[in-house]
Amino acid sequence: MSNEKNMVNIYLYGKQYKVPGDLTIMTAMEYAGYTLKRGCGCRHGFCGACATIYRIKGDNELKTCLACQTQVQEGMYIASIPFFPTDKRTYDIGEIKPTEQIMMELYPEIYSCIGCNACTKACTQSLNVMQYIAYAQRGEFEKCAEESFDCVSCGCCSVRCPAGISHPMVGLLARRLTGKYIAPETEHLKNRVEEINKGEFDSLIEQVMQKPITEMKELYNTRDIEK
Amino acid sequence: MFTPEMLESVAKVEATRKERMATEPRRMTAEEKDELLKKFHPDYRAEGFATIQIGPNKGEKVPLELGNLLHSNSRLLGEKIDLDKVDYDVDVLVIGGGGAGSSAAIEADNAGANVMIVTKLRIGDANTMMAEGGIQAADKENDSPVQHYLDAFGGGHFAARPELLRRLVMEAPDAIKWLNDLGVMFDKDADGRMVTTHGGGTSRKRMHACKDYSGAEIMRTLRDEVINRKIPVVEFTSAVELIKDENGRVAGAVLQNMETDEYLVARAKTVIIATGGAGRLHYQGFPTSNHYGATADGLILGYRAGAPLLYQDTIQYHPTGVAYPSQIFGALVTEKVRSIGAMLVNKDGVAYAHPLETRDVSASAIIRECAEGRGVETPLGSGVWLDTPMIEILHGEGTIEKRIPAMMRMYLNYGIDMRKVPILVYPTLHYQNGGLEIGGEGFTKTIDNLLVAGEAVGGIHGRNRLMGNSLLDIIVFGRNAGKAAAAKAKVVKLGKMNLDHIEAYAKELKAAGIETNDVSPLLLPKYARKER
Repeated sequence: MSNEKNMVNIYLYGKQYKVPGDLTIMTAMEYAGYTLKRGCGCRHGFCGACATIYRIKGDNELKTCLACQTQVQEGMYIASIPFFPTDKRTYDIGEIKPTEQIMMELYPEIYSCIGCNACTKACTQSLNVMQYIAYAQRGEFEKCAEESFDCVSCGCCSVRCPAGISHPMVGLLARRLTGKYIAPETEHLKNRVEEINKGEFDSLIEQVMQKPITEMKELYNTRDIEK
Repeated sequence: MFTPEMLESVAKVEATRKERMATEPRRMTAEEKDELLKKFHPDYRAEGFATIQIGPNKGEKVPLELGNLLHSNSRLLGEKIDLDKVDYDVDVLVIGGGGAGSSAAIEADNAGANVMIVTKLRIGDANTMMAEGGIQAADKENDSPVQHYLDAFGGGHFAARPELLRRLVMEAPDAIKWLNDLGVMFDKDADGRMVTTHGGGTSRKRMHACKDYSGAEIMRTLRDEVINRKIPVVEFTSAVELIKDENGRVAGAVLQNMETDEYLVARAKTVIIATGGAGRLHYQGFPTSNHYGATADGLILGYRAGAPLLYQDTIQYHPTGVAYPSQIFGALVTEKVRSIGAMLVNKDGVAYAHPLETRDVSASAIIRECAEGRGVETPLGSGVWLDTPMIEILHGEGTIEKRIPAMMRMYLNYGIDMRKVPILVYPTLHYQNGGLEIGGEGFTKTIDNLLVAGEAVGGIHGRNRLMGNSLLDIIVFGRNAGKAAAAKAKVVKLGKMNLDHIEAYAKELKAAGIETNDVSPLLLPKYARKER
């Protein structure tokens, strides 16, 4: 696969390397010889460890991406952002309430948003980041939670924000408030936990634990399966 | 993006779709499943395994790559570590910052213990973060923990340890409630009822989900809670060996800063191993869905200290890893894709098996189709189709974006729109069914003050694990380990620390005729081209 004509030139922290063009930025770094410690996590686009900034030679636009999810291109100047000092405020989830004031208290800088939309342009997940910050400003936590749900906290938005907002932390707060306080309570869950705590399944589970394997096989192989 | 051969096969998949959708493929009989597994499951390939030469599991089968690590010396052999210079002194030391470790730390903190997490990457760099499909709990009216037990016990080939499986199913609803109360956003309908689906091998729809970011949503909430509680998290620092006292009880761990290589001593009254899985050992050359740090470190630490393994020879290959394109080869395609309607289809457009057989059976059937020439060729091997356009035909346009957005995004990055075309899949190394053996309370059976939680445990699931029972086990057994470790720490009086077991292990290796310069735990896979 990596024959000469498929090779591309990339620049890792300014230094040139020739790598197979079908690699991702992450695997290209390893091909070049890097043993990654920082800037590498799940390698499948879920953890946000590999936030990366790049520019294509001859193009002035700075782009952001996840190194594990982005294929290399000819002339790519690459710098990883293995750590970004996002500013997470601490709180007791049991104490706070989903009121408009809570955002004002914990993340007041969101009200300094100048509407430049750089966060949205930088988002490696193509989320409408500025919109979810707007929802947070208005105390519309459920909408903020929904809009920010696919965030992997890579921090590319925060890197680009002139107002110093830690967007992933705002989304996270909105989601926890939504999950705990705003989403409707689950009656069947509450009931089942109570039944178990009252010991209603104790003897049944004991019985099934004591059954010989042959009987368990019979039970398993003939059990009815919900359509 | 597809090759002409792939496109030709897609046409066959499309041609049979309507007819396929009218009938549910037959489920295999117990005998058919047994025969298929013996013939095609990688656990039955003798050449992938070695025999353990020393220690409590001497004489048993082990994957070659794990065997090599067990047959290696300590990184600390010959190093002078001053155990009197204690860098961290805590009640509970949690090794690993994934879902199990974080749950344990939260509960230990809740119980008033002085707890610390040490993790070789960042907190949340863990398989938990990557779990997509969901988490099981028998919390609906037509379901019960007993039914959950039966599904998991049978799906695991009747090999699960009953006392562990009992805890898993009985504490499942409370685990969901605990997560919900922490603010995890489960998929619910307008009345608050959980939106639940089937997983492979479930007899009731008990799969709870947070779109297809289930693990990520759980992990980021747990991480946030750990930080809110100001629990110390020492990142980019690995545990390289357990420390014992003169009575043979665990008394802490030697840590190593991953960036400066400096050794540090952590003294602890109780230690919880929550180091996760082993996908990055790439058993039998398989790609993996696991995170970068999944190198079985905790198994090595525990075994060298004398804790036995259980079911170390059974590995889960997730049926649907990405087979194409190569950039995301081996990445997970969540089982939820099948839960919400997609069928597995071979090169000729035939739905050769029920889409929701258990994972070992489903993976074996894909391997069979490909081995017998009914797979589609790809640059890195072959695969079968997962007929994703069926989902939107069944449930309406927009379903894929709403319920499996991560999958849609992953494929769109490479110009493949799974709403319109099927995707190519092949099994990927996903989960270590085995691990360190524990009793019902979470402690190892042979070493005092040592607990294990999460994927590093063996015996909860038996010889195969059902979808949604791993996110569940890290929460149930993580919480339990945290509580148990905190309680035990109150009565522990530590003796003088030593690393004598390292020398003893080296002698045992020598006596078994194993001369090695290799060291373990591995810590990180060797991916740099110069190291391969």
